[in-house]
Amino acid sequence: MTNTIFLQQLVNGVSVGSLYALVAIGYTMVYGILRLINFAHGDLLMVAAYAAIFGMGIFSNSWIAFPLAIIITGCIGILLDRTAYKPLRNAPRISLLISAIGASFLLENLFLVIFGGVPKPFPRPDFFASVIDIGALRIPVLTIYAPIITILLFLGLLYIVYRTKAGKAMRAASRDFETTRLMGINLDRIIALTFLLGSCLAAAGGIMWAMKYPQVNPFMGIFPGIKAFVAAVLGGIGNITGALVGGFLLGLGEIMIVALMPELAQYRDALAFVILILVLLFRPRGIMGETIVE
Amino acid sequence: MLRVDDLHVYYGGIHALKGIHLEVNEGRIVTLIGANGAGKTTAIRAIVGLLKLNAGSIVFRGSNITDLPTHQIIRQGIAVSPEGRHVFQNLSVFENLELGAYNLRTAEFQEQLEWVFSLFPRLQERRVQVAGTLSGGEQQMLAFGRALMSRPKLVLLDEPSLGLAPLVVQEVFRAIEEVNRQGATILLIEQNAMAALTIAHYGYVLETGKVVLEGPGAKLLKDEQVRKAYLGE
Repeated sequence: MTNTIFLQQLVNGVSVGSLYALVAIGYTMVYGILRLINFAHGDLLMVAAYAAIFGMGIFSNSWIAFPLAIIITGCIGILLDRTAYKPLRNAPRISLLISAIGASFLLENLFLVIFGGVPKPFPRPDFFASVIDIGALRIPVLTIYAPIITILLFLGLLYIVYRTKAGKAMRAASRDFETTRLMGINLDRIIALTFLLGSCLAAAGGIMWAMKYPQVNPFMGIFPGIKAFVAAVLGGIGNITGALVGGFLLGLGEIMIVALMPELAQYRDALAFVILILVLLFRPRGIMGETIVE
Repeated sequence: MLRVDDLHVYYGGIHALKGIHLEVNEGRIVTLIGANGAGKTTAIRAIVGLLKLNAGSIVFRGSNITDLPTHQIIRQGIAVSPEGRHVFQNLSVFENLELGAYNLRTAEFQEQLEWVFSLFPRLQERRVQVAGTLSGGEQQMLAFGRALMSRPKLVLLDEPSLGLAPLVVQEVFRAIEEVNRQGATILLIEQNAMAALTIAHYGYVLETGKVVLEGPGAKLLKDEQVRKAYLGE
C-alpha cells in the first residue's frame, strides 16, 4: 500500500470515527445517569437527517436548517425521556431497557409510515461538498470538518459538564439520585438536560452522516447507532472522554482493517461486534471506565 | 417552625411510622432518638419527600409541604445532612459545597462559603481534594457544611456521629451548637442519645414507629426509662 492511500484511509478512519464518537457520547451520558442503554439513541441520527431535509426544504439555507434540526432532535430526545423512561424511574432496569427497544421501533416505524421506505436524497450544501487536494491526496472537506466539529462540540460538552452548575449536578446525579435531590436540585431537569445534550450531539453526527452517505431512510440510524454503542463500551461506558476515544478507535480500526486486508472488506460491519465481545470478555470496563464498587 | 402530625409511612410492606407527631420551634435544637429501626431515618426521609406518606401532614413555616417534591421542599429552607454522609465521592470538596448552594446567587454563595470554612477550616484546606478521599470525619463535616451552604432555616442532621471517633464526634457536636447559636434551627437524629440530649432543647423518643416519650432534653436525660433503654444504665 502506498503512503498516499494509507494517509487517505487514515483520514477517512478519523472522520468516520468522529461520527461514531458524537453518537457514542449520548449513549454514555444517558448510561452514566440512568444506567440505561438507550436503544432509541441511534434512531435520533435518522430523526435529525429528516429534520434537516425538511429544514432545507423550507429555508434552503443550511445555516438555519441544520441548527434547527439539531434543536428539534434535542427536543425529541427530551420527549423520549418524558414518555418512555420517566414513568419508569422507579421500575426495574429491565423494564427501562424494554421500553428503550420499544421506543426505537416506534421511531423507526413512525417515520416509515410518514415518509415511506424509499430513501431520500440528502441536500448537501456547497460548503461541505467541495474536495481539496493536499499533494496527491484528494479529500472531501467533510472528511476534515467532521473531526474538527466533533472536537469542538466535545470541548463545549466538557465545559458544560465540568464547569457549570448544571454539569456538576449531572455528575452528582450519576452517583446518587437521592442526595442530588436533597441539594434542592430538580432531578428531572438534570436528566432532561442529559438527554438534550446527548441528542444534540447525535443530531450533529446524524447530519454529517447523511452528508457522507446521502441516502436517508427510516432505518439508517440502526447500524451507526449500534457501532456507536460499541464505541461507548470500548471507551468505558459512562465516561464521555472514553466515548470519544472509543469512537475514534472504532472508526480507525474499521477503515484500517479493510485497507490493510481488503479480503476482509465484507466483514467490516462485523468488526464492531468482535470488538464488543472482546471488550466484554477481557476488559468490561473499557479503556477509560472506572471500576465502580457498588 | 416545623410541625409534623400523625405521620404514617409503609415502607417495604412494614408499617414503619405509626402516626408520629413532632414539633420543632424556631431557634431550637430538637432531637429524635431511638434504637436502630425505630423509624428515625424514615421520618426524615418522609419529611423531605423522599418517601411517600400514607397519611399525615407536614407544615413548615406556615405552609403545607406535605406533597411537594423534594427539591421544592429543600428550596423552602430545609437542608439535610443524610445518614451515611453521602458526599458526592466523585466531586471535589469545593464542588460538593457548590451543589449545596445550588439555588443561591453567587454573592450569597461566597458569603456562605466563608461561613462554612470558618466552621470547618479543614474543608478549606481540602477544598480541591476529591471528596471520596476524605476521612470519615472530614466527610461528615463536608456533609454538614454542604447542608449549611443553602442558607437553611432548618437543618436535618441524620446520625452525624455514626462511625466517628469520639474526638471527631465532639467536634461535630460543637459545630451543631455553634450553627444553632448563629440562628439555624436543628432537628438532630441520633443513636448517641447521651450526646444528643445534652445539647438538645427538646427531645422525642421513638420506638417501633411511635413517639413513646418527649420532653426537654435535660429532663429526658434524667428520665429513668431513657437511662435504662438508651444510656445503658
